[in-house]
Amino acid sequence: MQSNSWVPLFPDQASSFAWQIDYLYFYLILISIAFAIPIVAAIFFFAIKYREKEKFATPEEIHGSTTLEIAWSIIPFVLSMTIFLGGAIVYFNQYRPPENSMEIFVVGKQWMWKFQHGTGQREINELHVPKGVNVKLTMTTEDVLHDVFIPAFRTKADVVPGRYTTLWFNATEVGKYHLYCAEYCGLNHSGMGGWVYVMEPKDFENWLAGGGTGQTPTEIGKDLFMNKLGCASCHAGGQNQRGAKLEGIFGTEVKFVGGGSAKVDEEYIRNSILNPSGQVVEGFQPIMPSFKGQVTEEQLLALVAYIKSLTPNSAPTGTTSTPAPSTPSANANTATKSAAANSNK
Amino acid sequence: MQNVDVMNISEEPKVNYLTNGFSLKSWLLTKDHKRIAIMYLITVSAFFLIGGLYAATIRLELLTPQSDLLESGQYNRVFTQHGIIMVFFFLIPVIPAILGNFFLPLMIGAKDLALPRINLLSLYIYWVGGILTLWALMQGGVDTGWTFYTPYSTTFSNTYVMAVGLGVFINGFSSILTGLNFIVTVHTMRAPGMTWFRLPLFVWANYATALVMILGTPVVAITILLLAIERVGHVGIFDPAIGGDPILYQHLFWFYSHPAVYIMILPAMGVISELISNFSRKKIFGYEFIAFSSLAIAVFGFLVWGHHMFVSGQSLYAGLVFSFLTMVVAVPSAIKMFNWTATLYKGSVSYDAPMLYALGFMGLFLIGGLTGLFLGSMGLNVHLTDTYFIVAHFHYVMVGGTVLGYLGGIHYWWPKMTGRMYSEFWAKISAMLVFVGFNLTFFPQFVLGYLGMPRRYASYAEELQVLNIFSSAGAAVLGTGMFMPVVYLILSLVFGQKAEANPWHLPGLEWRTASPPPTENFEKMPVVTWEAYEFGEDNGLDHEAVRGKELVEA
Repeated sequence: MQSNSWVPLFPDQASSFAWQIDYLYFYLILISIAFAIPIVAAIFFFAIKYREKEKFATPEEIHGSTTLEIAWSIIPFVLSMTIFLGGAIVYFNQYRPPENSMEIFVVGKQWMWKFQHGTGQREINELHVPKGVNVKLTMTTEDVLHDVFIPAFRTKADVVPGRYTTLWFNATEVGKYHLYCAEYCGLNHSGMGGWVYVMEPKDFENWLAGGGTGQTPTEIGKDLFMNKLGCASCHAGGQNQRGAKLEGIFGTEVKFVGGGSAKVDEEYIRNSILNPSGQVVEGFQPIMPSFKGQVTEEQLLALVAYIKSLTPNSAPTGTTSTPAPSTPSANANTATKSAAANSNK
Repeated sequence: MQNVDVMNISEEPKVNYLTNGFSLKSWLLTKDHKRIAIMYLITVSAFFLIGGLYAATIRLELLTPQSDLLESGQYNRVFTQHGIIMVFFFLIPVIPAILGNFFLPLMIGAKDLALPRINLLSLYIYWVGGILTLWALMQGGVDTGWTFYTPYSTTFSNTYVMAVGLGVFINGFSSILTGLNFIVTVHTMRAPGMTWFRLPLFVWANYATALVMILGTPVVAITILLLAIERVGHVGIFDPAIGGDPILYQHLFWFYSHPAVYIMILPAMGVISELISNFSRKKIFGYEFIAFSSLAIAVFGFLVWGHHMFVSGQSLYAGLVFSFLTMVVAVPSAIKMFNWTATLYKGSVSYDAPMLYALGFMGLFLIGGLTGLFLGSMGLNVHLTDTYFIVAHFHYVMVGGTVLGYLGGIHYWWPKMTGRMYSEFWAKISAMLVFVGFNLTFFPQFVLGYLGMPRRYASYAEELQVLNIFSSAGAAVLGTGMFMPVVYLILSLVFGQKAEANPWHLPGLEWRTASPPPTENFEKMPVVTWEAYEFGEDNGLDHEAVRGKELVEA
């Protein structure tokens, strides 16, 4: 992973914002040195120059200096504010995934990582991503806290049971990089990791094409929605429709009975499936049963993907915004669109 | 100077606090803060030894990238127990319960703490909590990490979470009672003339610590209680599978555990203020600024807990506020560093062992504090948190800060506590070994952290082995340096030269009574007419007499 030196000192830099974190790191090292050298020099200088010459001497009294106190309060404060601002800007850039990111679903469990691409490929403890593409991981866990950590990308995020967290990156160098779990998760915590493979977009498309004939998350979600879980009996429109119409709902604002509102996002859909009576939307009765315990985290992610696909402009899952989309990804697009089209019938 | 005769007691009284009764009962039922401090000294040292053995095991395991010495389940228990023992049973009580207990009353001219029975009770509570925890460790231990993060601790771990949690819960009350006792004592027991701004800075630091103890510790007690309710009663508080919120646990836990860092470091800062001033034989530079910076740290310390949670899924804006406040809390620490450095200016600096520890503290705390800024800066925190960078950072603060402060303090006050001088030669060797060994152990871990080695890993990537070998080698040096004082301090009790009342010839009140002090501390109620760290001619000490005596001895 690191350069071939005997003692590695610096990790590979393989994501579009890694340089920002590295510059911030260098800036802080610089400030630390600029701050420490005068203090250490002064300690040595004073301790040697004013070393005890007579046992139990009584040196001249010095009480202090308000000017100095103000100076060495304000200067560190101003410097620390530059560190705060620098850190906040870098963090802000990392915080929100760009709109058009390629989405990959991640489910952590003791002690493995399960990934599913928008085109249906599944991977365990290995993640293949194309170079130069914004990749967004939508993550949750089946059990305890985990944390996706990719040092070469300078990014990490906790994976929290009961909710979705996200992490995004844009890989810049083809290669093989460590993938770690960075939040202690029990017995085999240090074994819960693997590798991230960054590939040229073309190679990635080939890799995707060779990945078997798995269904896409959207297709799996549609199957659950239409058949296995019977969501369609209330949500699919027609005269039987008692539940909310889901076409076009993603990204809209809903108002709750008894006040409050929320934006329909991944988290909201998840909560609506698991705990529907917790957030009843105005104009509806609290008649939907909870699906808690009946759906796995992976099925939930598939349902989210399907419901998202019912709103055509909502950055559909499974589209890769590679510079030159080759056939397999185009197929994936078609699949998503046809799924959306079917449901509109 | 009507007090000169009172203040210069050089003759040993016939009975001191150690010779006032030899039976076990006279110790176990004592109300004397000094005897209680000695009992704390023995038990806290025992816990330090146990925690140290765990640390040694960790470093041995990490010599190789594979988990070979320990399997990962054992390793998880070892690092968890290292953390729990060190944090709750060593770092939190070490300076307040030993040095604070012994010297706070002496330094303000009091006969005892304000609530001597409560003081004894706090020792017993510490023992009960400690014994329960040790019992649980012997039964099979606990593997949740010292942070007890949910839902792992409530739903998934099959180890002795409840017993250890109860041990920590009980132990918290010891902290609360000690804190309460210190506050009442400083308010009500100061000798005539000992105004607030004549208090030694060690007293200020313990006062600020006591505030954090009584305001923060109840929160961790409640948190552990909630954890127990969920683990035993399956009430959904933290586990989302039964309707709880794991992030809530992190908020509650860090609301105490970040201030707890200040419970650990503030008293050490107090010791360092004493050492720097007294071994430069000069009034401390900027007394008021150091005193108020302790209070500022205690107050702001309560407002920064969220900086442990930048990658936990906390909202962006909450993160911004916590990062900002984290930068603010760095300023009072910087103020202390500058003032300590300025105190050396035009002083008469001696290099006795306690001062070597103090100078070592300044170097290590400087690095610990500056790397705290790295972690407080949100963008960098994302990469660095949960790696060895953070492990190195808090060891620089906790070991480089608290442990060096404690070791400096115990050497400095040892003659007063025991009436014996230790071997200065071995003490200096030990101080230097600790400094060198510490840096060798923990500096490579900053590099490991930036390279991306996650913490709490029993096995790691092979390319990181060289740095880990450096770290383990350093740990061997550090361990040797830390164990040496146990030997030469114990030997000093038998072979050590008898200590005078005031071996360093200092103005503080604790030096104006016999070594070791009588049970009632002072033969007559002292009246304070001098400022803190007053080395001038009007501090009530008979300078000519002491100097003359030194010359005769030389």
